[in-house]
Amino acid sequence: MNTTIIFINLLALVFLLFAFVKDRKKTKQSLILALKSFFRILPTVLVVIILIGLFLAFVPPAEIVKYAGEQAGFTGILIIALAGAILYIPSLTSFPLAASLLRSGASIASVAAFITTLTMVGVVTLPVEIRVLGKRMALLRNGFSFIIAILIALIMGVIL
Amino acid sequence: MNTKVAQKTDEAKKMRREIIRDYAIFAIALALAVLLLLIFPERKATATITAWNYFLEMIAIMPAVMIIMGLFNVFVSKEQVVKYLGKTSGIKGILLAIFFGALPTGPLYIAFPLALALWKKGARVSNIVIFLSAWACIKIPQELVELQFLGLKFMASRLTLTVVFVILMGLFIEKLMAHSDQHLKESQEGGKINEGI
Repeated sequence: MNTTIIFINLLALVFLLFAFVKDRKKTKQSLILALKSFFRILPTVLVVIILIGLFLAFVPPAEIVKYAGEQAGFTGILIIALAGAILYIPSLTSFPLAASLLRSGASIASVAAFITTLTMVGVVTLPVEIRVLGKRMALLRNGFSFIIAILIALIMGVIL
Repeated sequence: MNTKVAQKTDEAKKMRREIIRDYAIFAIALALAVLLLLIFPERKATATITAWNYFLEMIAIMPAVMIIMGLFNVFVSKEQVVKYLGKTSGIKGILLAIFFGALPTGPLYIAFPLALALWKKGARVSNIVIFLSAWACIKIPQELVELQFLGLKFMASRLTLTVVFVILMGLFIEKLMAHSDQHLKESQEGGKINEGI
């Protein structure tokens, strides 16, 4: 996570320096816009952070995933895809979890479904997505991402 | 001229109301969370530590993303976005959307304001969806960890399938959005383009 933080801040700094050299007035305008946008989106993001905190405290992911991994067949894929859609786990820690799932006997298809919905479908972050991109776009994106996650999982189950 | 001014103040009023509403929702959520943790004190440690860690991550990443978005809004012209990510951008637009999404840049919710900025400047819907999906699922550091834990065969086939399906999904959602992209229209008519989100 640290490299990400360094990368994005460095990127912003480089852009900012270029912009400042090019046009000071426009740069100031950009920064005012950034500040305004930050405080507009802040409350919604804070709500999501509270939700994530409560969620992980009351619904420990490892237990849920273990339960879901034991279900077999298409139902198993569906349940674990749902778990992936609802749970909020940082993607980098989700891979060790997925590997342990495979070792404990879950199918390749269900693990693929889990990782794909985990990263692409965000039920917890849906409030921010709706707030920024609108209900229609947010629901379509999450809905179709769930469907393609299942398709990807089924194909992977066949070819691997 | 007068109606235009009136419209603008109306818009400002509406925005202020929305901001107040959002902060009120935050206050309510916080109060409910405190109440819940008072009832279940054994959950308190996990909940507060998790929320605090995500808060730190957000505070470290969000300002940078907002600055990039602000600079993008002011410096990059509509014509440039349309040229590289708009209707006629074709395969190049798709590849560009995947490339920008795949950079190591943080959690998905950070990408929504950037996606909106691109959208308002004339990027096509399919490229917005592809950009968001790549941000979520095709990140470079993420692929490396997947390779390490799940092996080359698993990682490579999931990556290939994801790219293919994400492009198809983008094009399909674009078709569905074509008839009524109300949200975008509203924010464009409201003249919010220079107001960010």
